[in-house]
Amino acid sequence: MDYSQFGAMLPELIVLGIFLLVFLVDTFSGAAGKKILTPMTAVLTLLATVAIWIVPSCGEAVFGGMYVSDTATRAMKCILSVGFFLVVLQAHEWVESEVMAVRKGEFLELLLVTLFGMYLMISARHFLLFIIGLESASLPLAALVAFNKHKYESHEAAIKYILTAVFSSAILLMGLSFVYAFSGGSLYFNDIALSVTQGEMSGLLLVALAFVMAGLGFKLSLVPFHLWTADVYEGAPTSVTAYLSVLSKGAAAFAFFIIFVQCFGAVYSDAWEWMAYAVIIATITVGNLFAMRQKNMKRFMAFSSVSQAGYIVLGVMAGNGLGLTSMMFYIFVYVVSNLGAFAVISTIEDKTGKISMTDYNGLHVTNPWLSFAMTLAMFSLAGIPPFAGFFSKILIFTSVTSTGSMALYMLVLVALINTIISLYYYLLVVKAMWISADAPKVESFKSSRCMKVSLSLCVLGIVFFGLVSPIYDWLYNAVLTSFPNALAFVLQ
Amino acid sequence: MIFDNLLIWFVVIPVLMMAGLGLCRNSSMNAIRAVMVVGSTLLLALAVWLCVDFLCLRHNGADAEMLYTGSWMWYAPLNIHLAVGVDGISVLMLMLSAIIVFAGTFASWKINPLPKNFFLWFTLLSTGVFGFFISIDMFTMFMFYEVALIPMYLLIGFWGTGRKEYSAMKLTLMLMGGSAFLMLGLLGIFWHSAPEGGVPTWNILEIARQAQIDPSWQRLLFCFTFVGFGVLGAMFPFHTWSPDGHACAPTAVSMLHAGVLMKLGGYGCFRIAIYLLPQAANELAWIFIILTGISIVYGAFSACVQTDLKYINAYSSVSHCGMVLFALLMLNTTAMTGAIMQMLSHGLMTALFFALIGMIYGRTHTRDIRQMGGLMKIMPYLGVCYMIAGFASLGLPGLSGFVAEMTIFVGSFQDADTFHRIFVILACSAIVTTAVYILRVVGKLLLGPVYDDHHLTLTDANWFERFSTVTLIVCIAGIGCFPNWISETIQHSFAPIIAAIQGGAF
Repeated sequence: MDYSQFGAMLPELIVLGIFLLVFLVDTFSGAAGKKILTPMTAVLTLLATVAIWIVPSCGEAVFGGMYVSDTATRAMKCILSVGFFLVVLQAHEWVESEVMAVRKGEFLELLLVTLFGMYLMISARHFLLFIIGLESASLPLAALVAFNKHKYESHEAAIKYILTAVFSSAILLMGLSFVYAFSGGSLYFNDIALSVTQGEMSGLLLVALAFVMAGLGFKLSLVPFHLWTADVYEGAPTSVTAYLSVLSKGAAAFAFFIIFVQCFGAVYSDAWEWMAYAVIIATITVGNLFAMRQKNMKRFMAFSSVSQAGYIVLGVMAGNGLGLTSMMFYIFVYVVSNLGAFAVISTIEDKTGKISMTDYNGLHVTNPWLSFAMTLAMFSLAGIPPFAGFFSKILIFTSVTSTGSMALYMLVLVALINTIISLYYYLLVVKAMWISADAPKVESFKSSRCMKVSLSLCVLGIVFFGLVSPIYDWLYNAVLTSFPNALAFVLQ
Repeated sequence: MIFDNLLIWFVVIPVLMMAGLGLCRNSSMNAIRAVMVVGSTLLLALAVWLCVDFLCLRHNGADAEMLYTGSWMWYAPLNIHLAVGVDGISVLMLMLSAIIVFAGTFASWKINPLPKNFFLWFTLLSTGVFGFFISIDMFTMFMFYEVALIPMYLLIGFWGTGRKEYSAMKLTLMLMGGSAFLMLGLLGIFWHSAPEGGVPTWNILEIARQAQIDPSWQRLLFCFTFVGFGVLGAMFPFHTWSPDGHACAPTAVSMLHAGVLMKLGGYGCFRIAIYLLPQAANELAWIFIILTGISIVYGAFSACVQTDLKYINAYSSVSHCGMVLFALLMLNTTAMTGAIMQMLSHGLMTALFFALIGMIYGRTHTRDIRQMGGLMKIMPYLGVCYMIAGFASLGLPGLSGFVAEMTIFVGSFQDADTFHRIFVILACSAIVTTAVYILRVVGKLLLGPVYDDHHLTLTDANWFERFSTVTLIVCIAGIGCFPNWISETIQHSFAPIIAAIQGGAF
């Protein structure tokens, strides 16, 4: 066996290395050593990001084409590990709290395993490897959701999560078995793409596509597969909710793009265009309409993230390099905006235990900086310039209309009208913090240092990601290098 | 180097002002005022300098469509540039904005609470306005347009009066709703801007030069963009945000919003909808002539029955801004010149109105005209100013309103068919209605016996209020007495647009 092929798996190996290091430190060190676990993991992830970014990818397809490490997947992995870094920083205070006294290491280890799984999901070009990645990205999360072991809701959420995760995997596997039958016995993406191009449209393929979309839809919490989202987000520890809402979603969305555009691009207009069309409209609209009525901030963010997932998947409808670039950019911006919001939610929850939107009334009097950061995060999520969310939304809309199809213009119109609805509920939070005349319910407090760092980085990202275009250029070049005829790399 | 371009400074100065304000504390009022006064004076000086320099350049034979152009690549994969350039119209709009930001700073001299946050959002709003007028790239134009909209929510919601939460939300959502349609229109224009195989562009001048957009697409896109900008221009039936929003906003915000922000709508309709989609403008103008005609008449009649001073002025704004769009849709040079004059005239006089209403409200604590009377005896300075604003509004010769409306109706009457004639006559009737509601307010509010004895103790305007109002009155009288200066500045700007409408090459 040629071990040099493992060189291509550098990102995965780095994550594995960090995992082993955390495991060893956790096992063999005393209480003092355990204190440095989270900062260590955070710093190492940051270094890993830089390493993945700088080290050139050697060899694209390895293990017979099962695994690909090209510039686009590397860029996506960088985005995910930046998000991971921010989440670990935000979780620090909670990890150090007394509830977690004996299980610091476990938390980080499980988190790292899911990151490893996501990396595999992104790079897999064979469905077997993809399923391995998917499972290792979702099963440990069930344990993480149950981490607040004294809270009933946490257990309930974990049960809900594991059942839906397993159920959706089963559906996905069923769909893949149909794909296997259709492609005449291969699970390589390339072989499937070939047989889809040459073969005729059949009922079998249609059912397979519906099953695959449903299976991935569960992970991305697309409507109508979103029913687990609100309960799980509410019950899980806030850091885990933040992780679920950005990283799981980002990785799944990238995989969604690759699977549908690369494998099934040839039957875009025959088979899955209208499926995705309906699912996106439903996702954006239902997520928005339900978010309007939420009073609990975590449930609120849950429905907001359902609707955001719809915007992310819009990139798939473009089906070209611009779509993929804009989708990745959207995910990156979504990572900083959503984590910015979650940083505020989780620090307020850690310090005062308050989680309802009415608790935020008059927050600017006691905690002006937190309300400032939250306002920027809300504006960015709503797509208000000059914040990053505006650029990511407009760029994804521009990409989707690049195919020139009238149907997609109408889809963008629906999405644009939905931004108004979303603006309404994001402004409700701003209103609570700044305009509400009630006496403030959250007393003044100082956030922990890690939280401050994480929140400041998020705010910087929110302000500058849109104004500084090299990020988008970098992603575009990465996509262009991976898919040379990018502007129409599948949908001719 | 990007900073060599004069126009960029219209955005850089407000950004520096925001940075300066960020360093101030909420309690140090003098530092905040210093930053605002220095910044807005610089902006005003820059605008005057630009205006003079522009006229000199034109005089010396610079006949390009836009001057001071500059273009810097921003998002290369989508061909998005930061592109700037001005013609006579944008120069005047910049001038107007600078004057109103300047006057607005003095009008909110004693804003409370959180003065720093107020001026931060106020300056962000003006950044959006200035950026919009200097942009010739549709993307940056749209970005600045939205930058100008969102601070309104906090400015009205936090510092406003009355039903401020409701009004702030209504205003924000309606304007953002308009911009959703607008965005789709801009996307359509972008992707259809290039000939087959060419690179699509966001640059307005290039799009107009290439004139590639298919007529069937033009019709759709024209409706989207015109409605999108029309919402901000308070076009019937999308005007309902305007009375509520203006009535609840703090003084300086009403001034800036009615004075400048509503002009963004008219300017955008003209610069994007009509200029880039000329065929559709020719075909579909009649629909919007009907709508804006209704705005003019309906706004004027609504103003007649209102009793709240701000509502009266807001409905009068609906009527006057309707006139701007109405004149633009006549698609001839004279009417369009009138439209630009009306934008300037309405911007200045409505800002003066809102400033005065804010000053009166600050003293009497009511805006209901039934509970005031004889104010002329108590505060003669404010009373005289109010009368001047009123006369400008109803079109007294020598003030700006007369010149603008005269030009509009002379231009509009050039279309000889029955449809146009009927609507022009209808719109003309609004002048009479305007006189009715202005004189009603003046009579009730300023003349007659003093209604409330408590009012007798009130004081007249103090120095910063006088400063703010005098600035505006001088400009109103200036336009009224020397209108040819305005038409000279803008005369070159219409040629390419008229040529595009008539289908000729240029």
